[in-house]
Amino acid sequence: MVLFGVSILIFGIARLIPGDPARIALGPMASNEQVEAMRDRLLLNEPITVQYLNFIKNLVQGDLGTSLYTRRPVTEDILSTLPATFELVLAAALIMTVVGVPLGILAARYRHSGLDIAANLLALLGVVTPSFVWGIFLMLLFAFHLDILPIAGRLSRDAVLPPQITGLLLVDSALAGMWATFWDALRHITLPATALAMGGLGTAARLTRANMSEVYGRQYIQLARAFGYTEREIAYRYALRPAMVPTLTILGLDFAIMLGNAFLVEKVFAWPGMARYGVEVIIRKDLNGIVGTILVISAFFLIINMIIDIIVAYMNPRILYQNQ
Amino acid sequence: MMARRFQSRAWYRFSAEPMAVLGLVLLAAITLAAILAPFVTPFPEHASSFVDFRNMSQPPSASHWFGTDLVGRDVLTRVVYGYRISLTVGIVVLGLAVPLGVTLGMIAGYAGGRLGAVIMRITDVFLAIPALVLAMAVLGVLDRTLINGLIALAVLWWPWYTRMVYNQTRAIRNEGYVVAAQVVGASHSWVLFGEILPNLVPSILTKFTLDLGFVILVASALSFLGLGVEPPTPDLGSMVAEGAGYLPDMWWMPVFPGLAILLVVLAFNLVGDGLRSMFGDGM
Repeated sequence: MVLFGVSILIFGIARLIPGDPARIALGPMASNEQVEAMRDRLLLNEPITVQYLNFIKNLVQGDLGTSLYTRRPVTEDILSTLPATFELVLAAALIMTVVGVPLGILAARYRHSGLDIAANLLALLGVVTPSFVWGIFLMLLFAFHLDILPIAGRLSRDAVLPPQITGLLLVDSALAGMWATFWDALRHITLPATALAMGGLGTAARLTRANMSEVYGRQYIQLARAFGYTEREIAYRYALRPAMVPTLTILGLDFAIMLGNAFLVEKVFAWPGMARYGVEVIIRKDLNGIVGTILVISAFFLIINMIIDIIVAYMNPRILYQNQ
Repeated sequence: MMARRFQSRAWYRFSAEPMAVLGLVLLAAITLAAILAPFVTPFPEHASSFVDFRNMSQPPSASHWFGTDLVGRDVLTRVVYGYRISLTVGIVVLGLAVPLGVTLGMIAGYAGGRLGAVIMRITDVFLAIPALVLAMAVLGVLDRTLINGLIALAVLWWPWYTRMVYNQTRAIRNEGYVVAAQVVGASHSWVLFGEILPNLVPSILTKFTLDLGFVILVASALSFLGLGVEPPTPDLGSMVAEGAGYLPDMWWMPVFPGLAILLVVLAFNLVGDGLRSMFGDGM
């Protein structure tokens, strides 16, 4: 339903382009007859509703049209760059969760400790620092100053490429048992993924802390304490699960932000993802390319949110009953 | 008399937060520097096209605190002028987005029914596209001028206000004073702007302050990608992008503009948090 609205919105934006798409595609040297033929082919002479229906029809078939910039099908262009972006965002989400949530749990257990204050500071800095600035700071420190991680790219020049299965280098090389390549890919993804994760990491910690603290105030935690459960058991067996529900919802929103920020981080680290293509099609006013890129990102975002909803329902079954 | 007592109490609560006061001081300093840029910067003529090849790519020194760029322009001067653009962008974008978002949210929340549902579905659609990507799309369609950049950002910002105001309006729609106004025959617009709006001011003002920082952040991200204002206008995001190509030798070129972005967003954030605790957490 929302995706339907998104498709109308994007189609509407694309049609607002000043100038004639056919003329832009053919360049100023083309004759008027050629432009007219192109307009016929692109259905630009048809009413707007016909154009929209045709757009949807092609969309359902996975056809996003031909890029006027690369002169290849947009679907192909996007599929060749999407896995790199996807891998980067997944890695960042992983870092954000694996570091941020435990940090929040510890901050809730040891409130007002040095760790708690550090987590708060990190959350604030994470929110106010653009991810490309994180990228530059991390790059200066780890790649240039300490010289322990590679500067840019996805793999070293001499690395052996694993067979393409998922398109995610880390997964593919692990499946193929090519550990040298895996290690190389891991070293390359560490900095960009961390830069991307920094924005949400502190927020994830702060949220987890706030929700855990709230749960700690409930009576069943007091009961567990009275029964003599250890603090550790209380934290992980009783407090964590209810505390995770609101956190997860916000993580879904963070995911959306990371999808956008991936463009920035990719530019800093010359990561071969969708960013370069996305920016290039925008600068060249490549209609099909723009529409395709945005549609894929929005669909991606909606799917992630659906998955989050399912996980939340699993963690808090009451939601399911409320809806019935 | 009452008003003054309220003001002093509000200020007391705000000033009880050292971080908020720090943010306010920071913000005042940045704003003053930006307004007085021609008088406080060491080399005001470096703000636009200016070339001095004898001083190109100098590291930070006593005469150029932040170093100089590839054509010998003082980075500190350009950072301060960059703040001028950033602050203007923030104020204009929210000046467009907030009235639109708030009005739509109040109408949707107050009217409810089919009209409210339609407004909120449209809002959901806008919220379903990652903000930065939506702005890029709008910029892709329009010519890349400063005005269009502002429009693009305003297009992506209003739905957040619509959603917030919608929820709050629904919460107070059936309060006694709203119903009382309706009963004595107040017009819809009076109820909306005279009765409901004043109650929303604290949360709108808080979000507005926080968002000023975030608009500046997103605007800098767009110009970092090369979708912002054209050179030679000094813009913090494009300065970072330009300097990033010359790491690590000319680290001062991207690092100082980057820190400048961080600082202004931080200032707005601290003040926003201060306002939130000043108005109370019940929002």
